Amino acid sequence: MKLPIYLDYAATTPVDPRVADKMMQCLTLDGVFGNAASRSHVFGWKAEDAIDVARNQVAALINADPKEIVWTSGATESDNLAIKGVAHFYKKNGRHIVTCKTEHKAVLDTCRQLEREGYEVTYLDPEPNGLIDLKKLEAALRSDTILVSIMHVNNEIGVIQDVAAIGELCRSRGILFHSDAAQSAGKVEIDMERMKIDLLSLSAHKIYGPKGIGALYVRRKPRVRIEAQLHGGGHERGMRSGTLPTHQIVGMGEAFRIAREEMREEGAKIQKLRNRLWNGLREMEEVYLNGDLERRIPGNLNVSFNYVEGESLIMALKSLAVSSGSACTSSSLEPSYVLRAIGRPDELAHSSIRFSIGRFTTEEEIDYTIKAVRDSISRLRELSPLWDMYKDGIDLAKVQWVAH
Amino acid sequence: MAYSEKVLDHYENPRNVGSFNPHDTHVGTGMVGAPACGDVMKLQIKVNDQGVIEEAKFKTYGCGSAIASSSLLTEWVKGKTLEQALEIKNTDIAAELALPPVKIHCSVLAEDAIRAAIKDYQSKMLQGAGTTKPDVAAG
Repeated sequence: MKLPIYLDYAATTPVDPRVADKMMQCLTLDGVFGNAASRSHVFGWKAEDAIDVARNQVAALINADPKEIVWTSGATESDNLAIKGVAHFYKKNGRHIVTCKTEHKAVLDTCRQLEREGYEVTYLDPEPNGLIDLKKLEAALRSDTILVSIMHVNNEIGVIQDVAAIGELCRSRGILFHSDAAQSAGKVEIDMERMKIDLLSLSAHKIYGPKGIGALYVRRKPRVRIEAQLHGGGHERGMRSGTLPTHQIVGMGEAFRIAREEMREEGAKIQKLRNRLWNGLREMEEVYLNGDLERRIPGNLNVSFNYVEGESLIMALKSLAVSSGSACTSSSLEPSYVLRAIGRPDELAHSSIRFSIGRFTTEEEIDYTIKAVRDSISRLRELSPLWDMYKDGIDLAKVQWVAH
Repeated sequence: MAYSEKVLDHYENPRNVGSFNPHDTHVGTGMVGAPACGDVMKLQIKVNDQGVIEEAKFKTYGCGSAIASSSLLTEWVKGKTLEQALEIKNTDIAAELALPPVKIHCSVLAEDAIRAAIKDYQSKMLQGAGTTKPDVAAG
């Protein structure tokens, strides 16, 4: 077993060797290096063919038409293109957008920008399990609502929103529905024929493809229009200009092909490891799971260890690559906004660790992780005045703290 | 985030972890910070009849820099008079541990903690021996 152990697959994944192989065939003189927009020679044609294959592979994973796939630089760009693209194109129909407080910053910050441009945005509060209450969503819809943007799977707590039901609701009201699927593609089933999602953001590097490539699904039936945000040579039917990066696209296609073929088996394996980890940790006192356990992707485990601060825990767990919802790991002083939005008190948000398990995680690594976490938690609780107070039966909520 | 070697050393081998009986009249307890802010420091000093800090102990909930700041402080105050201990500045702690700007608040908290502990001890002295203080002497 090699240390440190990588348990941050929700942040990014290593490229699958099969993907890297395909990518390397698209770089050098004897490979498929051409510009797909070159119509006058075989180098261009070959690149176009390779991209067509990838477009089909990406579309196949979500059961969509390949013509509905627009290549972008990643899910952040896809979110920007979808939300700004719809808002700008349909602004005559209304200027109201509905989203959720636990969305990724790529959605929240894009909405903030639209507010500066004069749009109105409603930010829904999720339920304590992280999920959206459909009735609350319905109540937020107005006659001038043009777009709803709700992510499929949350990046921090891994909960799966009922995007099929949200799609039905939006369609019945004539409102477009965008969903960020960066964390869900290849992990949970997405069927665009069945689900009434109008725009879907995809990323390659969360499912063993390369960084720097993603896609936006734009529905053709019924047709969804977006205003381009990047202008130039009119690539991707005018929706996103820029020379197509053949090696990146081929890598994303191969990653999506593998995901489609292996996700069922792999999901079951990862879920077993996740449950093994949770069972190894939940026995400890004052350990809380953040987000719903059932409606959750297999690889995510977000846990708060009460009375232990997250950054000090990460320092103790130097043989593990995990991430924390504590403020201290980032330059901001606020703890995770996602954990706050689901109603976790700040001290539990500060004490949270996200473990994300993936394709290359082994049982041995999980067992090592359980022991490392348990040892560190007992050591840090020995150091914690809050743990002593808890053990003495003092209600921390009633203590008058000298806040900084 | 990269930590200085001194922070890592105090974090991995914290000095003087523990507690004194807060009811002991020779003991001053300072507890500063708040769980919601991500750090709480409890610093205790044991003062002899000559007004010298004989021993110091701490417990800290917080990041590695907060743990290191309080650990370092317990080493520094030992053997000092109360007046000398009050001269310790957060900037001295930050400099010794090479804390980055985002971690300066940890050293501020440590300075607050020793001040609170001394204040607690002094108020006990004024009240005279035998009086008890609540377990939670917050600040």
